Amino acid sequence: MGNNLFAATGLNRRNQRVQGLFRTLFGLMLIIPVLLILGMLLYKGGGMLSMDFLLTYPKDGMTAGGLLPALVGTIWLVSVALLASVPIGVAAAIYLSEYAPDNWLTRIINLAIINLAGVPSIVHALFGVGAFVIFFDFGTSILAASLTLAIMTLPVVIVATRESPQAVPFAFREACWNMGATRWQTIRRVVLPNAVSGILTGIILEVSRTTGETAPVMFTGAVFFTPFLPQSVFDQTMAMSLHLFVVATQVPGVPDELPFGVALVLIGMVLVMNSLSIAFRMYLRGKKKW
Amino acid sequence: MVVPAEIPLEIGAEPEATLAPIKLSIEDLKISYGSSVALEGVSLQIRENEIFGIIGPANAGKTSFLKAINRMDLFTSGMKVEGEIRFNGRDIRRLNNVYALRSRIGVVFPLPVGLPMTVYDNVALSPRLRGIKDRKELDIIVERCLTRAALWDEVKDRLDALGSLLSGGQQQRLTIARALSQEPELLVLDEFSIAVDPVTTMRIEDVLKELEREMTIILVTNLVQQARRLADRTAFFLDGRCVEIGETEDLFTGTVQDQRTRDYVEGRFG
Repeated sequence: MGNNLFAATGLNRRNQRVQGLFRTLFGLMLIIPVLLILGMLLYKGGGMLSMDFLLTYPKDGMTAGGLLPALVGTIWLVSVALLASVPIGVAAAIYLSEYAPDNWLTRIINLAIINLAGVPSIVHALFGVGAFVIFFDFGTSILAASLTLAIMTLPVVIVATRESPQAVPFAFREACWNMGATRWQTIRRVVLPNAVSGILTGIILEVSRTTGETAPVMFTGAVFFTPFLPQSVFDQTMAMSLHLFVVATQVPGVPDELPFGVALVLIGMVLVMNSLSIAFRMYLRGKKKW
Repeated sequence: MVVPAEIPLEIGAEPEATLAPIKLSIEDLKISYGSSVALEGVSLQIRENEIFGIIGPANAGKTSFLKAINRMDLFTSGMKVEGEIRFNGRDIRRLNNVYALRSRIGVVFPLPVGLPMTVYDNVALSPRLRGIKDRKELDIIVERCLTRAALWDEVKDRLDALGSLLSGGQQQRLTIARALSQEPELLVLDEFSIAVDPVTTMRIEDVLKELEREMTIILVTNLVQQARRLADRTAFFLDGRCVEIGETEDLFTGTVQDQRTRDYVEGRFG
């Protein structure tokens, strides 16, 4: 008996094999769709990729040429949306995690955030038309579209950002308060420097979502076609997501590989930005301090 | 009773002719969390430049007592403090600026808290909060505080290392150095030796004996012998009450008023 105390029984071994099998299976199920999508896009649209495709205007009734105005437009839309939502979202997250007392008001705010996250994007689009295009009189413009995107992604930023200050051990705050630091001094010197990587995660999620959204921009600022690059936030613009929708379904005579090329560039943008932020986040994590 | 710090005291019962002014005066203190009372009916006075020991088993209310002194009840939800606490003769419940109060009271926790920043920044944090920016001045403060906390020799070559990655004993001395960087008038140590090896404990105790000349020290400890080694006077807390306050030697040599105190210091408790 003594020698066999730590030996695996037959049942152990079989359980472990079954578990291992399931783990591998579920892992593959996560990876396979990504590989399939990327593979398909590369196979069908890979031939489209060239500097010309990225840097020229569409021509021949959008059946040929590049996607420069859509690319530039999406960069505008995402940047302006980030400028609006990141400060507000991060400030809200800090308030909720560091200041908000546990009372009915806080609970209502949290409930509102959850519900806001669940609102369909087309509803956000209509809200954007009503609020920004008409009421604030921004017209259909980058500003109106970006603000709509910002409101739509705000809950994502808040929820993802809120967790990271809470992960900073309470003892650090207490030590800092005991030295006579105010709440804000404590947040600035101890909490925020250690929560940056989590805050970045929230922003990454937002970028991904903002880049691909179609509905909120198609009524508020993005147009079917324009031969001009936007000069200010009050201009209309083309957008990658809407452009993809247009060339895939709205224009007759588009060669098969063109929509796939557009989709490839769109997904490529998201992947590149995600990878950059993830690399930066890993760099920050590597310096994690406790 | 309210005694302004400047006025010399005349209390017939005390044997010494001249007594140091009172640093901290507690009158009928009661601390509760919701409906449960952590500490009740505590009145005591702590004089300048003395080491005041507080001994007692767990749940005696020792840590709550320290929190109340520092007005940490403001940051602790549900904690309620009643009674009167006077620091330098001023009622701390009526201060406009609790941050100034906290900056004059250095606190050392049971478990060392090296803030997640460099050793240098740990000690320079409090001076920086006070608005000192000059690098040379900070250098001097950092070296002086680390030296006084008996840590300088071990970390002087790696001031840029993370404070949270030092060993436990070093972190505790770093915590003490950080408390000293506040230039506190009152230093509060809450069972500082729990996570520290005996050799380091002895070194810190030596440091405390030195510091007594410059500041008032409250030493909460569950090592009765540590209280005996360091404290001038000692209070015995039990189950949320202050059972006895007296000269430390009296408590240990048997001239106690309460049988429970004798049992506790002699290790016959329970």
